[in-house]
Amino acid sequence: MVDRMNDVIDIRGLHKAFGCTQALDGLDLTVTAGEVHGFLGPNGAGKSTTIRVLLGLLRADAGTVRLFGGDPWRDAAELHRRLAYVPGDVNLWPTLTGGEVIDLLGRLRGGLDERRRADLVERFELDPTKKGRAYSKGNRQKVALVAALASDVELLVLDEPTSGLDPLMEAVFTECIDDFKDEGSSVLLSSHILAEVERLCDRVSIIRTGRDVETGTLADLRHLTRTSVSAEVAAQPTGLDGLVGVHDLVVEGHRVFFEVDTDHLGAAIDALGRLGIRTLTSQPPTLEELFMRHYGDELPAETVEVDA
Amino acid sequence: MTGTSTFIRAFLRRDRWLMFWWVLGGTLLYYSQTTTGDIYTTQAEFDRAAKSMEENAAFIAMAGPARALNTVGGQVAWQAMAIGAIVAGLMSMFIIGRHTRAEEESGRDELVRAAAVGRHAPIVAAAAVAAMANIATALLIALSLLSYGLDPVGCLSIGVAHMLTGFAFTGVAMVAAQLTDGTRAMYGITGAVLAASFALRAVGDVAENGLSWLSPIGWGQAMHPFSGERWWPGLISVAATVALVCVAFALFARRDVGAGVWPSRPGPQRAGRGLLNPLGLAWQLQRGSIIGWSVGILLLGLAYGSIGDDVEELMGTSDLTEQMLRPGSSITDSFYAFAVVIIAVIASGFTISSALRPLGEEDAGRVETLLATAHPRRDWLLGHVVMTVLGSVLTLLVGALGLGLGFALVTGDTDAIARYLAPMASYVAPVLLLGALTRLLHGAVPRMAFLAWVGLAFCFVVMFFGELLRFPSVVADVSPFSHIALAPAEDVRWTPVIVVAVVALVLSVAGQVAFRRRDIITN
Repeated sequence: MVDRMNDVIDIRGLHKAFGCTQALDGLDLTVTAGEVHGFLGPNGAGKSTTIRVLLGLLRADAGTVRLFGGDPWRDAAELHRRLAYVPGDVNLWPTLTGGEVIDLLGRLRGGLDERRRADLVERFELDPTKKGRAYSKGNRQKVALVAALASDVELLVLDEPTSGLDPLMEAVFTECIDDFKDEGSSVLLSSHILAEVERLCDRVSIIRTGRDVETGTLADLRHLTRTSVSAEVAAQPTGLDGLVGVHDLVVEGHRVFFEVDTDHLGAAIDALGRLGIRTLTSQPPTLEELFMRHYGDELPAETVEVDA
Repeated sequence: MTGTSTFIRAFLRRDRWLMFWWVLGGTLLYYSQTTTGDIYTTQAEFDRAAKSMEENAAFIAMAGPARALNTVGGQVAWQAMAIGAIVAGLMSMFIIGRHTRAEEESGRDELVRAAAVGRHAPIVAAAAVAAMANIATALLIALSLLSYGLDPVGCLSIGVAHMLTGFAFTGVAMVAAQLTDGTRAMYGITGAVLAASFALRAVGDVAENGLSWLSPIGWGQAMHPFSGERWWPGLISVAATVALVCVAFALFARRDVGAGVWPSRPGPQRAGRGLLNPLGLAWQLQRGSIIGWSVGILLLGLAYGSIGDDVEELMGTSDLTEQMLRPGSSITDSFYAFAVVIIAVIASGFTISSALRPLGEEDAGRVETLLATAHPRRDWLLGHVVMTVLGSVLTLLVGALGLGLGFALVTGDTDAIARYLAPMASYVAPVLLLGALTRLLHGAVPRMAFLAWVGLAFCFVVMFFGELLRFPSVVADVSPFSHIALAPAEDVRWTPVIVVAVVALVLSVAGQVAFRRRDIITN
């Protein structure tokens, strides 16, 4: 088991309601030191609310929330010295320039690395002399990202940080997170961009309607899903439909298409081998599929609840 | 012009509640003045009261030229038109601002401009909606007064005057919206024009030197509703409106969408030391408002001060003057005691808006990022509290200096320069109490924070119409202003000042503690 002292973020049974809307309903989330943790969920699942409770901006109704082992509501300012946060919607002061905001946020966090600040401004191609109201959404996000990444902190909390960035800037962002991680720091990355999560994250948590539904490394989670296989074989493909774990089998002459539970992939490939493989494409499960599996059945699940 | 009608429908839908309250408020402002007629049992009593009002320069400065004050119609026109014009101006400003400059600033304007709409459609639609709101208010004012039984010609005249003043300020707002690329700056420019219009007519009406003819509010009042109506001053309003709208369109044609006529210059690459000190951000955010209000209040003080010792001739010897007169003080001192209160009550507008600024920051979503740094919540709010307190003290101080300077300039009495400092200082406490009330609302029930303005309106009514409307003293005593001595007519009494200040401190601390214990507003 993981050493609890090493957990940068440890949330247990978190509840938070706004009026009669239950935003969080018993959420657990753990981020260990040195990991990049992906935080996935559809809109309104409670990702931003979780992050705001974690930052002491909102008060938890029930449950325990530990940030660096401390209480983020009581010791917010002290704990915030050790982290930097980029919200999903960056709102800047209309009369302050981007450069001023970077310095202001850096100063309030306890100082900026000057060299890194200059380097980041250049890499993100940010014009720091523009006033807040003149920036586009992507540029506002860059301002907050530069301020966060140039700070000397142990934890980055990022709430959909690339939603306004173009693909080139997304690549720059990915590099920056890699650099940050190399220094042994931790990241909580809430995102919708699955490719980004797959590329960056060591572990992911998937949440839905205020609770976590799945947590683990990507490898762990892949066991829960299916690999799609398409192959052309020498012999007439028979007997495949009898294999355990094979689904949605389609046979067109010598070509076969099917999906197989990842645990039974070996047996299925063995069976294909006996038929004489000519071509073989195997598509590993993507996070998209994981995602769809958890969110795709939203309607039926709720109908059942209503009936019950 | 393609799409104008679509825009008008969309704006009306977005604004339906906003317009409902503005129109209702504007109408009630006029209609409620009909109660003046109910106070007096006989016409003789009414005549006497009217005479005392006519001779009261402070009332004339607040309301307008005194005409037919011994009739209900005359009272309605006198008491409601100047404030009503400000209401019409603010309503028009907000309607124009939120549909033109604010949309451009937020970028939503680009989204709609990409659709098949004419270049001028949004601004034409905004102007049309502002016009409709002014027409609706005017119509309701006229109908409500007609239902009370006032003279139909006067009802028509007062409605038309209100409407045309609203149109003129709509034109001002449309020009202001072209000048800068910021909505806040646009409101600042329009607000300054409104304040200047009020100050010009206040000084003009008291001194009868023609300055009122430079003010759109003066044009409306010059139509003399209920006191021998004349229509030609309305043409001045119409001409001014046409000219302003033409200027607005000419400026609009010459600028890029999203930009202002005054170009936005690039700012500093790095934050200066001023921004990085603990009070830096709060000062940066509030300094425009602090400077603007200070200048406005200074001008107001100068305007009142420049009435000088003419007051003695203007005041007469009526009952009301007797009421205002404190034993053993001169008429001049009594008048200036009221001027001090008027300035203090108006300066409370700064205090409340400044105390609401942190809420505005929360609503704009700018607090989340700030409070996720090592900046404690307590300190963030405290920065704004310091700005509210210092800004309030500053505006009151310059108001007192303005009074003294104006007086000294007119009379040559240099001792007067410092005369109003101590009296004004005693009003710091009730002004800050309104700020503290605002802070408590912001901390405890942020959605209800706008009620602080109701508190100010209450103090205003108690102060200026309390004796006229014969409020029971229990009600009047709720207003913190009621407890402060009317200096320089009376000696400054510091005990009530200290009590009010302590209450203010308690409310403020309660508000600050409540803020630390609640969720930050997020969207």
